[in-house]
Amino acid sequence: MTLAHLISFLSQLTQTLLVVLIAPLMLGWVAQCRAWLQNRSGPGLLQPYRVLFKLLHKDALLAHNASPLFRSAPYIQFGCMVLAASVVPIIETNLLFAPAADVIALVGVFALARVFSSLAAMDVGTAFGSLGARREMLVASLSEPALLMVLFTPLLIVQSSSLNTIVDTLAHREFQLHPSLAFAAVAFVMVLLAENARIPIDNPSTHLELTMIHEAMILEYSGRHLALIEWAHAIKFTTYCAIGIALFVPWGIAQAGVWQVLPGAVFALLVKLGVAGAGLALLESVCAKLRIFRAPEFMGMAFMLAALGMLTRLLLGA
Amino acid sequence: MYPFEEAPLDLILGIVLYWLLIGAAGLLRPASLRFVSRVLFPMGALGGLLLVIAALTAVRLDPASMVLPLGLPDLPFHLRLDALSAFFMVLVGAIAFGVSLFSVGYFRSGEGALPGLLCLQYHVFLSSMVMVMLADDAYLFMVAWETMALSSYFLVTTSHRIPEIRRAGFLYLLIAHIGAIALLLCFGVIHGEAGHYAFDALRANSLSPFWGSAAFLLALAGFGAKAGLLPLHVWLPEAHPAAPSPVSALMSAVMLKTAVYGFLRVGFDLLSAPLWWWGVTALVLGLLTALFGVMFAAVQSDMKRLLAYSSIESIGIIFAGVGLAMIFHTYHNPHLAALALAATLYHCLNHAFFKCLLFLGTGSVLHATNERNLGRLGGLMRTMPWVAGFSLVGALAIAGLPPLNGFVSEWLLLQAFLFSPGLPNPYLNMLVPLGSAALVLAAALSGYVMVKFYGVIFLGQPREDKLASAHDAGGWERCALAWFALGCIALGLFPMAVILMLDHVTSLLVNFSLSSVTSGRGWLLFAPIAAQRASYGPLFFLLGIVGTLAVTFLAVRAFYHGRLRRGNAWDCGFPAQTSRMQDTAEGFGQPITQIFEPFFRVRREMPDPFSRTPVYFKTNEDRIWYWLYLPVAHAHERIASWIGVLQHGRIHIYLLYSFATLLALLLFVR
Repeated sequence: MTLAHLISFLSQLTQTLLVVLIAPLMLGWVAQCRAWLQNRSGPGLLQPYRVLFKLLHKDALLAHNASPLFRSAPYIQFGCMVLAASVVPIIETNLLFAPAADVIALVGVFALARVFSSLAAMDVGTAFGSLGARREMLVASLSEPALLMVLFTPLLIVQSSSLNTIVDTLAHREFQLHPSLAFAAVAFVMVLLAENARIPIDNPSTHLELTMIHEAMILEYSGRHLALIEWAHAIKFTTYCAIGIALFVPWGIAQAGVWQVLPGAVFALLVKLGVAGAGLALLESVCAKLRIFRAPEFMGMAFMLAALGMLTRLLLGA
Repeated sequence: MYPFEEAPLDLILGIVLYWLLIGAAGLLRPASLRFVSRVLFPMGALGGLLLVIAALTAVRLDPASMVLPLGLPDLPFHLRLDALSAFFMVLVGAIAFGVSLFSVGYFRSGEGALPGLLCLQYHVFLSSMVMVMLADDAYLFMVAWETMALSSYFLVTTSHRIPEIRRAGFLYLLIAHIGAIALLLCFGVIHGEAGHYAFDALRANSLSPFWGSAAFLLALAGFGAKAGLLPLHVWLPEAHPAAPSPVSALMSAVMLKTAVYGFLRVGFDLLSAPLWWWGVTALVLGLLTALFGVMFAAVQSDMKRLLAYSSIESIGIIFAGVGLAMIFHTYHNPHLAALALAATLYHCLNHAFFKCLLFLGTGSVLHATNERNLGRLGGLMRTMPWVAGFSLVGALAIAGLPPLNGFVSEWLLLQAFLFSPGLPNPYLNMLVPLGSAALVLAAALSGYVMVKFYGVIFLGQPREDKLASAHDAGGWERCALAWFALGCIALGLFPMAVILMLDHVTSLLVNFSLSSVTSGRGWLLFAPIAAQRASYGPLFFLLGIVGTLAVTFLAVRAFYHGRLRRGNAWDCGFPAQTSRMQDTAEGFGQPITQIFEPFFRVRREMPDPFSRTPVYFKTNEDRIWYWLYLPVAHAHERIASWIGVLQHGRIHIYLLYSFATLLALLLFVR
């Protein structure tokens, strides 16, 4: 193993660990911003870590008929999310793992985690578990075409589906603003809200039975399993934000091997994540949750916006 | 390394003969289940394995041909083995091996037809499919095609004492023959010089665009009827539940692929000058079929009907891929044509493996529980852990999840869609990417369908008491399921190996081999266009997930106290839960019918709130049945009744007709 390999391995490890570790902070930041917007003092930025710490110290309580699938699903979800986090360039573009999965495979990783969480929700055989599983799969199957359309526009511009190449080209090779990306970015935010169980599709803080989607699926989990699921959820949210940053505001992500800009890149990342979190909190505060059967309209709008972006690119070359 | 390099064609013919002999041997002791299942089916499985080896050899070799002095005088059988037919024979052999193994343990006595007869039909079916792929003239092709249709008809109606099964078989036979007539006309249109029907003569014939298009549309209708393309799909959801599970598996996995083979043979090989809109027609029809199939799969409550509709979806994706390849081919873009074609062929292989796995899994469930209705199943993971484990692999593969095989072909096809801009036709440039969204919608909904399928059958609580006594599948069946599950995993993890095989096919049909751009990247990374454009490393992928999983597991083990308690399910604190409160198959279908209502013909019967005998039902029917089939059937009946006016059953009236005809002829021909 050469030195270059070692360095890129270390860089990969650092980036992945960074996402995994700051993911709960990101959720805490969004919750804090929402609290401020609602004139509450809020639980503090570190609350998600406290919750994880608490859950990791509780006994795991399993239903009598829970199968091995139920027990292994949290680990699989966590593994998928860490893999997803490790292929999105956030600080520098030379990721060791990036060639293993392009953006389409990245969508596949999220789908894998989602299918396992839905299957696990159906495993115990409760009314809410299977209801949540059904709704989750429904929302996902509507948002996936929209997500693909969103990804299409940067793909067309860069002619590559590898995130490394996309970021490298958009941030370092051609300094050009693409109006088509604006359409795609709006659609991406809508997909992000739907995929991460946020308002207006789902409400992360609800436990009102009839409106739950994501929460209904994890009702039967407790202890370490629940901690892993919550953590995986946080990583997913952060990774989605990182994808959005990589596609639409990639400036600041360092090129491979340019070490002196790394501190600036980390700072830029934190600022962008902070702004994204605050923006999402604002968006969630001014929206109301939609009925589940309004979700197709929401996703349809995201799809049309993304298709518009693609057509803008194709017809006008913008 | 490669045995039988000398004469793979001879060997394959030998296997066909061997299968026919095994089938005939079934007639020696037709009533003996032991003889048929313990001796003949394992021998048949061996034939499948030999076929895989021979065909894998033949894929790399130059085409070999042969003339058999059989058939009518002056009309011998022409045989030819090239990369395309060899690839499809690999598929036939691999599936036949697994399904024969499964059949050893599956068939029970007293189920419809005699075991010996079943054995005959089964092996005739297998050999006729190989002959379809070997045929090098229209005559042999049609003979083998019809043998295949008839033998599969008898297999479908194995339990012929049940009226619904006879009806399903009849519908299948009817549509198979509509397709066959279209094919006959298609070959008639492309006919060679002086009425020669050898494929060489057909290739040499250059048709005018009009007749070429007529031949293409006839081929699309003929092969589409066999494959289950819209609107000729109606036999699939009837015939698959009617047939015994190994037969449904074989039909879905292999017989539908013979139609794909035939379509590729006619579209890329026999018709020399394709037009651009042929590909568009196949693409649009394929995408519509895929969406239709997956939506209907989502609302089914019979597990084999669900899988049948899911097969319609896969066939739709395959035809969309063929259409895309045709578009690229007509615009002389061999690289993307090869990519789309490779994705399509890859999907054929994948679909064969995972659909077989699930159909056979439903066979085991059916034997264990005597139940096909999803509403009376549930919780089988505890009583049938082997079947549940293997079926999980199949369900994840169909849902198109990495790192299994279903994902690889979808990924390839999406790459072909993504890099389509650059076609010289601006309308196509805009519409083809939207097609990819339809493809993704179908793929995402198939994930929904598979969560429903697997979750309702294997997870949750048993919905009936009798399910507690369900037994797991026997040893032979487990071996067969393991073969298909391993196939799904291997095809997912080693895409480069498959691409190397597919290269021979793509260079035959579109003059491009993908490995010329991928070579040098090794086996680990899969980059069919260019490494910096798109790449996928399934092994790294698996390693990443498994590595993280292991690290997480060990970390949790090391730092966590590990206490675990068991209790009742919580379910928001609701105490009086029963297994009937779980989501049902109908519950899973409800959002789909709500969102995609125009696709379905929904009938609801809601009870009156004060009714003493409340009746509730809801059916989701196929609109095409009402728009197309019933009007045609009614028109047919009406015309028949008009003609029936002539019929009185009295001999003197018929003599009068003869007399009148003679008179009329005398008047006109005089």
